[in-house]
Amino acid sequence: MADISLNLNTADGRPLYHLAEEPHHPEGSSTMLGFWLYLMSDCLIFAILFATYGVLGANYAAGPSPKDLFDLKLIALNTAMLLFSSITYGFAMLEMQKGRTGTTQLWLAVTGLFGLAFLGIELYEFAHLIHEGATPQRSAFLSTFFTLVGTHGLHVTFGLIWLVTLMVQVSRRGLVPANKRRLMCLSLFWHFLDVIWIGVFTFVYLMGMLR
Amino acid sequence: MSSGSHAEHGDHGHGDHGHSDHHDDGHAHGSMKDYVTGFILSVILTAIPFWLVMTDALANDQMTGMVIMAFAVVQIVVHMIYFLHMNSRSEGGWTMMALIFTIILVVITMTGSLWVMYHLNTNMMPMSHDMSQMP
Repeated sequence: MADISLNLNTADGRPLYHLAEEPHHPEGSSTMLGFWLYLMSDCLIFAILFATYGVLGANYAAGPSPKDLFDLKLIALNTAMLLFSSITYGFAMLEMQKGRTGTTQLWLAVTGLFGLAFLGIELYEFAHLIHEGATPQRSAFLSTFFTLVGTHGLHVTFGLIWLVTLMVQVSRRGLVPANKRRLMCLSLFWHFLDVIWIGVFTFVYLMGMLR
Repeated sequence: MSSGSHAEHGDHGHGDHGHSDHHDDGHAHGSMKDYVTGFILSVILTAIPFWLVMTDALANDQMTGMVIMAFAVVQIVVHMIYFLHMNSRSEGGWTMMALIFTIILVVITMTGSLWVMYHLNTNMMPMSHDMSQMP
């Protein structure tokens, strides 16, 4: 170490300031912060989509309005599915901390089923809207509605793919530190999607019914 | 001295104890109590806005809108605390800093867009007829 600090000048006399050796961090020590920063940037994407919906959401182009289209009972059911999946993922994390592979996998599977139920209900709703002629091309309101809610649904889809991938990983390698880290990242992602959904059901569906 | 040998973890029978005790990540974890509290609060904070809108209990749309927005904000905070385990200490405070920065940007984006576009709409609509007559 001493020879590094003594070697202060390069051949042409300029001082040399770089560290000869990078400080050592354990593998993955910055993953959680990095993933959190990704989530924050994702949050900005949703903020822009929410703002677009807020600006254009009242332009019906003489087409259907939220009151004609939305079925709040279906949305309440959807919200319940996502909320249940949030707490079952929490249970999976608690089991993971105790190092129990089997029950972790079980709760992950339950979470996946609730996620699938959410997606199924959302796709049913979309299919119903499109069948009634309320397609994304119909009005600015419907374009922004499908973009915002569809982007959230796409996130849930990728979350489900990720969940299945991690279940395969855990079944092959067990709850090794790398897999625990991945499960914690997905935990943040999954709960984050639930937070976005709070905004969606309040701002889009409930506020839409009040217009 | 059976209790003494138990405390030492020296024998092979307790090898798994030391393994599960060791924390390699150093991040905030929730407990069962956290998750259940968060879940119950979320159910309540979701049910009330839906009930308000479905039954039109307040009989005033603007009032209902303000109330359900307030409920949404409270529920987001509940999720942040009980599900995402946000606190000012994790990662040396950097997650909290990133969150605060993001919230500021989100508020600027949302209020800025809605405010400007609302005024643009209300100011332009009546004028659009006259504008077409201009040279």
